[in-house]
Amino acid sequence: MALSELGVGQVAVVSKLELSEEVQHHLMHMGFIPDARVTVLRRAPAGDPTVYAIDGMEIALRRETAG
Amino acid sequence: MALVGPPNSGKSTLFNRLTGLRQKVANYPGVTVEQRMGKLSGIGRSDLMLIDLPGIYSLNSYSEDARVAVDVLHGSMPGTPAPDAVLLVLDSMHLSRQLMLAGPVLELGLPTLILLNMSDVMEARSGEVDSLALAQELGAPVAKISAARGTGLDAVGNFLARKNAEMQRPLQLPIMGNAASYRQWATGVSTRTKYKAPLSSETTRKLDRVLLDRIWGPLLFLAVVITLFQAVFTLGQPLSDGFQAFLDGAGLRVGAMLPAGWLQSLLIEGVWKGVSAILVFLPQILLLFLFIGVLEDSGYLARAALIADRVMRAIGLNGKAFIPLLSAYACAVPAIMSTRTIENKRDRIATILVTPFMTCSARIPIYLLIIAAFVPNRPILGAFLGMRAAVMLGLYLLGFVAALATARLLKSSILKASSAPFILELPQYRLPTLRSLGLRLLDRAKVFVKQAGTVILTVTLVLWLLSHIPTHGGSFPQLADSFIGKVGLFIEPVIRPLGFNWKIGIGLLTSVLAREVIVGTLGTLYGGDPATQSMTLQAALRHDLHLGGAIALVVYFALAMQCTSTLAVVKRETNSWKWPAVQFVYMTVLAYVAALATNQIITRFF
Repeated sequence: MALSELGVGQVAVVSKLELSEEVQHHLMHMGFIPDARVTVLRRAPAGDPTVYAIDGMEIALRRETAG
Repeated sequence: MALVGPPNSGKSTLFNRLTGLRQKVANYPGVTVEQRMGKLSGIGRSDLMLIDLPGIYSLNSYSEDARVAVDVLHGSMPGTPAPDAVLLVLDSMHLSRQLMLAGPVLELGLPTLILLNMSDVMEARSGEVDSLALAQELGAPVAKISAARGTGLDAVGNFLARKNAEMQRPLQLPIMGNAASYRQWATGVSTRTKYKAPLSSETTRKLDRVLLDRIWGPLLFLAVVITLFQAVFTLGQPLSDGFQAFLDGAGLRVGAMLPAGWLQSLLIEGVWKGVSAILVFLPQILLLFLFIGVLEDSGYLARAALIADRVMRAIGLNGKAFIPLLSAYACAVPAIMSTRTIENKRDRIATILVTPFMTCSARIPIYLLIIAAFVPNRPILGAFLGMRAAVMLGLYLLGFVAALATARLLKSSILKASSAPFILELPQYRLPTLRSLGLRLLDRAKVFVKQAGTVILTVTLVLWLLSHIPTHGGSFPQLADSFIGKVGLFIEPVIRPLGFNWKIGIGLLTSVLAREVIVGTLGTLYGGDPATQSMTLQAALRHDLHLGGAIALVVYFALAMQCTSTLAVVKRETNSWKWPAVQFVYMTVLAYVAALATNQIITRFF
């Protein structure tokens, strides 16, 4: 299931990242690592991007990245 | 000494604490990353130099920032000597993740002191860490500090004193490679050092529930944006004008004391005019950075970018470009300086390139002059919209559309969407401190005056020289007979199709310095011409220009890059002459073509 398919308030566990190596690397250093718990906190007023809570941080990603 | 740490770890605050006010800001050669250096006078070690490296998450070169940091740490950055020791700042609120950076930094083998910043807040929120165990685990000294309060900083002095005596080498750490194994190691270390993360602050989530609310979020965002715009425009503009009047007055008074002659003219019309052309931007720069400083330090700027992202994405930019583009309506100079908050390099350059299309306040004098002279004051929509207001609005719209179209063009050609996506960290809300706001203002003012100022002063002096040679028997020529006047006459065939005459040509040349200069130049030229001498400037223009040429002139000013200060700031911010050159050529060609079309259409159909 893609991260962007989760609803607000849902919690999930990262299994793998399917992005270019560079982006994947950046996100992993921000906490998006396999087995990490991620919570969908809220969507921006326009519906996108979405704010995720991971590893004690709040990070917003666009649907194109989280999809 | 190098200062290393992840973004939002309080690194800049610590840097300011350690170095005090004596900092040097420059760009690293060939990149847009800012280099910040200062003597460690904050802890009485003025013999040592501290380099502040850009905030990074890892030493893998996924970004220009990280590449610069790695090059400096390895001593392979030209012009920057290899550091003898490293200060690693980590945010103790998120220690287990921040420790991921400690692995690769310690592997460099440089003597390193690890500073756990914000440990006062962490402990106040019932977080814990055994710093002795952490030091043992990492093989490097660890100190708890608070950069905001300035506590615990004597550890840096102690470390420096001991470093010379022992030069202790860090322990060998298990060899690691990818992010997952670093994370595993960091988790292991934080468990073994009994790290207990502080309870997360509920304030941020509560505030976000309102500030990012579906209805309240955009409304409050608009309120913030309008306040900022109003402040920079309606407060900054009179401040700038007043300051200008003061500087001009001072120049006149000093000029009156000097004997008339070339020295007086050089000093007052050349040097002093150049200096005031630089200084006059300061009120707006300071005001905008005061606002941006409050927004950024409080954490709201990231929320504003989140709200604006959906709209900005439609034109191929990201949410962080919104505030710079908006402030460009007052002045492009501070706006371009504020694009530094956009981390993605391509987005940042695209934003810098389209910013000068926004209708800045320097265009208003020529707009008002031409509209008053050529557009009848007829109502279009009753009392709501007159013809003059409609033309003014149309010019604002023209600049905006040109910016949108250019952004699209850039993002689908030379600045094609890079692989780096929009990733936005939303920091916790914090109360901005006066100290950090003050330092930021001082820093930006210094950077502008020193680095853009030299270019502006040079161009002013060159323009002064060109409009004062060749001399006739020791006295200066009339503007029309000067070198610049000759060039104005020479280019007349090129600008005739736009409906411009040679006087406008000279105005186009002198206003390369700043757009508002054209009004003064035209006044001088028409005032010196016997045929128009007795008329007001408006009447003289009507006598000399057709409607087509007049409207073409304001269209030209809407699109052309007639501002040395902007070019100087673009050069400074992109660290190359390439981008200001591209911008100048593109905008001039676009302005020429649009003015040509305007004149041809109007003369044919009206």
